[in-house]
Amino acid sequence: MSVQILTANRLGDGAVVYRAKAGGWTERLGESLVLATPEDAAPVLAAAETPQASLEIVGPYLMPVDNSGGQIRPVETREFIRAQGPSVQFGNGHEVENTPLSLAG
Amino acid sequence: MYRYDEFDHTLVTERVHQFRDQVERRLSGELTEDQFKPLRLMNGLYLQLHAYMLRVAVPYGTLSSTQMRKLAYIARRYDKGYGHFTTRQNIQFNWPKLEETPDILAELAEVEMHAIQTSGNCIRNTTSDQFAGAAADEIEDPRVYCEIIRQWSTLHPEFTFLPRKFKIAVTGADHDRAAVRVHDIGLQMCRNEAGEVGFEVIVGGGLGRTPVIGQTIREFLPKQHLLSYLEAILRVYNQLGRRDNLYKARIKILVRSEGIENFKRLVEEEWSHIKDSALQLPEDEIARIETYFAPPRYECLDDTVREFEVKRFEDRDFASWVRTNVTAHKEPGYAVATISLKPTGKPPGDASAWQMDAIADLAESYSFSEIRVTHEQNLVLPNVKKADLYALWQSLRDVELATPNAGLLSDMIACPGLDYCNLANARSIPVAQRISERFSDLERQHDIGSLKIKISGCINACGHHHVGHIGLLGVDKKGEEFYQITLGGSADENTAIGKIVGPAFSYDDVVDAVEKIVDTYLNIRSEDEEFSDTFRRVGLTPFKETLYAAH
Repeated sequence: MSVQILTANRLGDGAVVYRAKAGGWTERLGESLVLATPEDAAPVLAAAETPQASLEIVGPYLMPVDNSGGQIRPVETREFIRAQGPSVQFGNGHEVENTPLSLAG
Repeated sequence: MYRYDEFDHTLVTERVHQFRDQVERRLSGELTEDQFKPLRLMNGLYLQLHAYMLRVAVPYGTLSSTQMRKLAYIARRYDKGYGHFTTRQNIQFNWPKLEETPDILAELAEVEMHAIQTSGNCIRNTTSDQFAGAAADEIEDPRVYCEIIRQWSTLHPEFTFLPRKFKIAVTGADHDRAAVRVHDIGLQMCRNEAGEVGFEVIVGGGLGRTPVIGQTIREFLPKQHLLSYLEAILRVYNQLGRRDNLYKARIKILVRSEGIENFKRLVEEEWSHIKDSALQLPEDEIARIETYFAPPRYECLDDTVREFEVKRFEDRDFASWVRTNVTAHKEPGYAVATISLKPTGKPPGDASAWQMDAIADLAESYSFSEIRVTHEQNLVLPNVKKADLYALWQSLRDVELATPNAGLLSDMIACPGLDYCNLANARSIPVAQRISERFSDLERQHDIGSLKIKISGCINACGHHHVGHIGLLGVDKKGEEFYQITLGGSADENTAIGKIVGPAFSYDDVVDAVEKIVDTYLNIRSEDEEFSDTFRRVGLTPFKETLYAAH
């Protein structure tokens, strides 16, 4: 079922974050608050667009996800990459902190 | 070399203080994001997919070893240990934290660098031939005029809010290594009938959504009129360029809608008012700037260097590197060495902090401490004694920077694409990596010869796909990445916009498609015929036939 979650970038470091089920913002997609209908989504988005919220995050928007089987998965390639980080090893493989991730699965 | 004077020092230092204050006010909530965004962009700070990105200006691609070391330090201290060199001859850091950005700018100011005018609708970093001042085929060193343009355009009050960004490139050689015909203004140094050196002025070129080859607006512009003529062009553009439609705002659209003759009439009319104003460049001022670029203290050497020639015979790998990565120098006994940032299977243009430190050391040992960044995302040591080339090559091998592929198939331009960029529709870097791996046999690449592949992850064309011999443009088809292929583009003195070969290929199929194109070329080329010449001779048809035969 295609439903929505709310995402943004964190003000301090630009990291991808999601509106968390438990309140606040999380880097973990699986902890996102799932918004089943546009009516559910509208007030959550509105709350993220207030001056208070802008102390934490930048550019909030709703993104479609697939939450069949109880797991939240992005629908678009862009959101896969936002969720997982660059799909490539960077810096010629030296002194880096990330691990390349697969878009598959 | 680029010299930052007392004006630059004051201006940059003040800007760091201002930006520190602006960041504090954003973090405290005193500034909203809408208020802050134009301020951060004026300091080169973008917000990308996963993080902020800081774009640092490298004026006309010239760096000192001290500056390179500072970039390495910033990469290590404030980022994830690497930087990405771009087609604007700049460097981008992909992971800075907002609150640390003012500290990064302060670090950069210590080595006379900054991020001013690396974003926004202003005159961006002027780019140039990476071999400037060293190339054997050069009329004059174009960096002198890049520097004059830099001083004139930095915080120029009239041109801070143009209809759209504005890019100028200058080349001093007939062989165009700076892609001047696809810039808003391209300046090609030339001689008139009297033998005087000036500029052919080209206007209205550009890539992006609407690729256009620039047209000559003036065959010969005497040097002393450079700034007044640029100012006249910019003023006409600033007044008449479209501000109502982002996609029609570049000067190329204005030149096309007015027609070059009418646009020229408008510019010449404006120029007639300012030609003899304070913008005229006095000879002594040009001479003063020329002293910034005085040649290093070359030794008086024979051009034939026995130990170098012997090593070429003894060591095939060295000979292979010399063949592709070493270029003739104007001084006897010296050479220009290109450091490829395209090792097989690695992201084009990335350099890790320890590689940057190593390059700084090598520049000090072998190239009068000077380094260049190329618009094709490589680095250059411009002044190497031929006698030192073997030792340099060995040291480069130790830091995985001796790939002998400059100008070959794997020397690709690729934009950051969907792995980093907020605007991208598709990934570029992994496509480049897969192509590079597919053609990892360097003997095969040498056999294929000069072949430029350029990859963009969206229509904004940061990867210059329109002017690739083979261009790949990433597009989104119902949420999936596809790649449209163009053939026959060129960014040199024979500038051409590539032609679309047919329907796009999926992410999985695009590398096979590139290989089919290359194989088709190998089958139909005449002896020693380069890809671009074959394409000019045969056109799209044979490539279409092989690519879509089974469809």
